[in-house]
Amino acid sequence: MDELYALAGGFAVAFTWYNVALMILGITLGVVIGVLPGLGGANGVAILLPLTFSMEPTSAIIMLTSIYWGALFGGAITAILFNIPGEPWSVATTFDGHPMAQRGRADEALVAAFTSSFVGAIFAVALITFLAPVVAKFALRFGPAEFFAVQFLTFASFIGMGRGSPAKTLASMCLGFALACVGLDGVTGSLRMTFGHDELLNGFKFLVAVIGLFGIGEILTSMEDGLKFSGADAKLKMDAVIRTWRQLPKMFFTFLRSCIVGCWMGITPGGATPASFMGYGLAKRFSKNGNNFGKGELEGVVAPETAAHAAGTAALLPMLTLGIPGSPTAAVLLGGLLIWGLQPGPLLFVEQKDFVWGLIASMYLGNVVGLIMVLTCVPLFAAILRVPFSIIAPVIVVICAIGAYTVNNAMFDVWMMLVFGVMGYLFTKLGYPLPPLVLALVLGDQAESSFRQAMLVSQGDVTVFWSNWLSGSIMTLGVILAFWPLVSGLMARFGKSGRTASAA
Amino acid sequence: MSAIDPDQIHDVEAEKPLVSMRAADIGVALLFLLTSAIVIVDSHRLGFAWLPNEGPAPGYFPFYIAVVMGIASLVNLARALPKPEGEEARTMTSVPGFLRMCAIFVPAVVFVFAISWIGIYVSSAIYIAAFMIFVGRFPIWKALAVAFGVSFISFLMFEVWFLVPLPKGPLEAALGY
Repeated sequence: MDELYALAGGFAVAFTWYNVALMILGITLGVVIGVLPGLGGANGVAILLPLTFSMEPTSAIIMLTSIYWGALFGGAITAILFNIPGEPWSVATTFDGHPMAQRGRADEALVAAFTSSFVGAIFAVALITFLAPVVAKFALRFGPAEFFAVQFLTFASFIGMGRGSPAKTLASMCLGFALACVGLDGVTGSLRMTFGHDELLNGFKFLVAVIGLFGIGEILTSMEDGLKFSGADAKLKMDAVIRTWRQLPKMFFTFLRSCIVGCWMGITPGGATPASFMGYGLAKRFSKNGNNFGKGELEGVVAPETAAHAAGTAALLPMLTLGIPGSPTAAVLLGGLLIWGLQPGPLLFVEQKDFVWGLIASMYLGNVVGLIMVLTCVPLFAAILRVPFSIIAPVIVVICAIGAYTVNNAMFDVWMMLVFGVMGYLFTKLGYPLPPLVLALVLGDQAESSFRQAMLVSQGDVTVFWSNWLSGSIMTLGVILAFWPLVSGLMARFGKSGRTASAA
Repeated sequence: MSAIDPDQIHDVEAEKPLVSMRAADIGVALLFLLTSAIVIVDSHRLGFAWLPNEGPAPGYFPFYIAVVMGIASLVNLARALPKPEGEEARTMTSVPGFLRMCAIFVPAVVFVFAISWIGIYVSSAIYIAAFMIFVGRFPIWKALAVAFGVSFISFLMFEVWFLVPLPKGPLEAALGY
């Protein structure tokens, strides 16, 4: 119980009026950053890092982590209201959050998103408090083969668990991979698929694609069908918090699953974005209401948000204990620690006890403060939906353009955003799922390089992925999921004889 | 443009059809095949063989991805080709529906084009105001107030507080930015 004693000391360090004021400031800034596409958590923290140089390290990191919490909360707001994910990890939140808003349940979706974010974060902080050293050791076991196995499983689960046509899912996913390949090849340094155009050197940035596919695509659909927000007329009820909270205990297992997936992905640096997709996919598979997912199911908001925040928080664990950041934002925070003269790693827990436990205590406090702040603002956020669509539509296009431009400071990206917008509209209409495309674009580079590294180590032997129980079991599960639609299709067609054929 | 009222719900199925689901499905599947062909051609240039001591050549991964994409698109194409009946014979978009989409998209293209010349703040103000006046039928003063407000707030947010430079034109230069 040394941890509890140390934690109490940490609270004494963190819980001063000055630090709480910094938390409130940081969370407000973070929510703003999270709402604006193009200003991500990592960007925001990086931009505000210099402001903290004059502060004491503990106060500085409290402020920066609060910005991080705020950004995590804020990403969900635009995802639910406008189908524009403010942050990569809120992409999965749009699947059910936005349909809920269209049905006039925006307030419930927001409360559920914020609450599950909070639960995920607190679960991960508790894990950090008690298991930091043990878990850190586990993360070290991850090599290229294990990374590729996890990524393969994530992609395979789209094919195995998807609702629509598997061939369209596969085509959409491959397009994502192909787009991710464009530009400078990270391993050999050769140029791929640029065809002599310098603009393509940097490749297709995932954020630009997301802003176009979801934001502009949604605007086009809304223009075609007319406004579909029934929330615009619905009276805002102030009891949204209680109404939503009453439904949450039923989803205990969804929370638990997403927490575990999130922590696992955060520690192993899978990151918050794949974690949110996996949490969503698992909930869809195992929930009683799985078939209603995508049409506005509360559980479909809870699952990805819990997982994303558990991952986002757990990502700080390898950063503190090993000096390996689990997410881009954690990497920026790591830079901050070095600037303040703190060397992250196992010794940090011994030499800078006050700092570490102050930070951990501030994670509990920051999330509580953040939850209270965003919950009280839910009616305010939901009121945005009452603004007429003829104002909202051009404003969203402008915000999307700004977001796309800031990714790389390039006009080319703004043009690409428009192209992706048309693509998003077509794909949604024709039943090509967008999430696999987006995820392939995010993880494409990583998946490819871990695949190539693993193959290099084994000199081209594919069995390297089955060389130990960890990657072996993940890979096997992935292969089963990837071929599931084919197998079940054959089974349906040939009955018993098909089952024996597919087993062979 | 009086038929375009985005604050109203339209029944696209009931309007004059423009493109059927089948035509769009075939078109998109063909585009996928084209993309797949482009990737395969470039992977071939880069080489997709196994290089001793270097691992897979740069074209290795994209090549197999493109092959899988091609196969999947052929399946999609084969499924879309037979003439559908009943529920399947839906229209994707109608003539008025397409016009409504153009009402936001064509000005958006002009807007993006204008960014390079007059900066993002001025062009977004014009874009928002024009859309509100011509499509939303708002009074001019309301449209101008919203347009100016959005541009001014984004200017403060990006240029002043977060110090993220966005494209600027002659007006900002005249103001000293």
